[in-house]
Amino acid sequence: MSTSLSPARAARAPVKRSALGALTDWIPRLVLAPSVAVSLFFVYGFMIWTFVLSLTNSRMLPSYDFVGFAQYAQLMANDRWWVAATNLVVFGGLFVGICLVLGAGLAILLDQRIRQEGSLRTIYLYPMALSFIVTGVVWKWLLNPSLGLQAMVRGWGFEGFTFDWLVNPDMAVYTLVIAAVWQASGFVMALFLAGLRGIDDSIIKAAQLDGASLPRIYARVVMPCLRPVVFSAVMILSHIAIKSFDLVVALTGGGPGYASDLPATFMYTHAFTRAQIGLGSASAMLMLGGVLAILIPYLYSELRSRRHG
Amino acid sequence: MDNVIRRRTPGARLARAALYAVLIVMALFYLLPLLIMLLTSIKPLDEIGAGTLLALPEHPTLAPWVNAWGEACTGMRCEGVGGYFWNSFAIVIPAVAISTVVGALNGYALTKWRFRGSELVFALMLFGCFIPFQVVLLPMAQTLGWLGLSSSRAGLVLVHVVFGIAFTTLFFRNFYVAVPSELVSAAKLDGAGFFRIFWRILLPVSAPIIVVSVIWQFTQIWNDFLFGVAFSAHDTQPVTVALNNLVNTSTGVKEYNVNMAAAMIAALPTLVVYVLAGKYFVRGLTAGSVKG
Repeated sequence: MSTSLSPARAARAPVKRSALGALTDWIPRLVLAPSVAVSLFFVYGFMIWTFVLSLTNSRMLPSYDFVGFAQYAQLMANDRWWVAATNLVVFGGLFVGICLVLGAGLAILLDQRIRQEGSLRTIYLYPMALSFIVTGVVWKWLLNPSLGLQAMVRGWGFEGFTFDWLVNPDMAVYTLVIAAVWQASGFVMALFLAGLRGIDDSIIKAAQLDGASLPRIYARVVMPCLRPVVFSAVMILSHIAIKSFDLVVALTGGGPGYASDLPATFMYTHAFTRAQIGLGSASAMLMLGGVLAILIPYLYSELRSRRHG
Repeated sequence: MDNVIRRRTPGARLARAALYAVLIVMALFYLLPLLIMLLTSIKPLDEIGAGTLLALPEHPTLAPWVNAWGEACTGMRCEGVGGYFWNSFAIVIPAVAISTVVGALNGYALTKWRFRGSELVFALMLFGCFIPFQVVLLPMAQTLGWLGLSSSRAGLVLVHVVFGIAFTTLFFRNFYVAVPSELVSAAKLDGAGFFRIFWRILLPVSAPIIVVSVIWQFTQIWNDFLFGVAFSAHDTQPVTVALNNLVNTSTGVKEYNVNMAAAMIAALPTLVVYVLAGKYFVRGLTAGSVKG
């Protein structure tokens, strides 16, 4: 650029810039500075802070008497924590699995030139706009054994019909799966449908010319193209599963007893109502670890795929 | 597309009918809970005990709605969820406005005024989208105390802004990346400043992403329960917390019709937004997975 400038202009330009130009250069940084400061403090600082708390014997109030990893050891010996952690594996696995199957299935069915596709899509997706508290309240009512679905089916003449999962300690966690699938599967459908619409038609036509049947085309040609969609759906859904708190509070309250606790409710109960801040912090750190275990491979592959074009 | 089931043979016609049957059954699966919620909310209590979920109300009444709005007990108080409904708006409106403005400026600075390290800044902020909020609850409680914002609406606004800007920045950044930079470069050569370029060039094309960001933040913050229950007091609770208290308040007979009316009240604002602007809602949801 400097080659095109006359010597005089080249000399003048930097001088003219210096006062105003320096400010102009710094404005973007100044605009970003508060957000960066906020995220350094409220995200990274708080993560470290919680980690520090998890190394102390804080009970009602934060204290800074360090006890090393004793809270983690206590957590590992805590029966209720293991119930919560096991529940998360069961709930998360089923929730993610069923949402994927249902979402992909609905998307494929909707992709067959359906009349009223728009209204069906709207209907499938609307629960995602609701609060998990609302979802929990509604399903608590539907699953209420004496007045809900069980009573309705019995009223139809099936006297022996039993559907009491909500009050059954062994089954309560599955009610969370039902409600969460109801809420989120439409969203997975939307993801898959967007993916399907993005697939080049010529691949499908080529397969049809080869005489492949429709189910075969979907299984062999279309689904492999949708691998990135599956990947991000799994990421988002497992993230929802780990953070599930409101749904448990509204639907089962973690009960019966603590049979349907999840780590998120475990953390809240111990940190805020049972005066076990140290133990609650330790469980929060393990939750963070769980999220990172999912996130890091995702980001890694995302960056890799971007680099490879 | 040519991958359609053809309607020529009887078999194909049957398949087509089965296809519609499955789709309609699934639509019922998603719709029935809402329908039952609505039916229950306009039934008198005695009809609920006597009839079944799907029975139509014989004497429909709006009394449960009136009760839920202004009289039902949420914990110690019996003032309904109406006040908390307005609380939610008082929290949501400033939080959405601030986080959207900040996100727009951030996204603009990160894409049109790149500097050494700007990608790092973005990555740093993006991480805020992913943390489980349990990990910030305890320090946040203490920090709000220091700031004198404990249990206040202003405190909740702050919390939602702080953890919302990661998302809004992501939205605007990914949107502005796709806006051609030539106009911006030309304006820079003409001596236009940072804010002038934003105001004259970027803002006029930003309407869709502003809608996405506002809708996303609105639903997120309106539906929030965790921050609401952790950082609010009786008179500053958002409606989700009040709804949960109402449902779990056990004084005498459980009034399921009132519960359902209260749930409808809490759900209405986000449902209205979804019906009016569903397209943008979906775009917000998928923005997290389809990064630019």
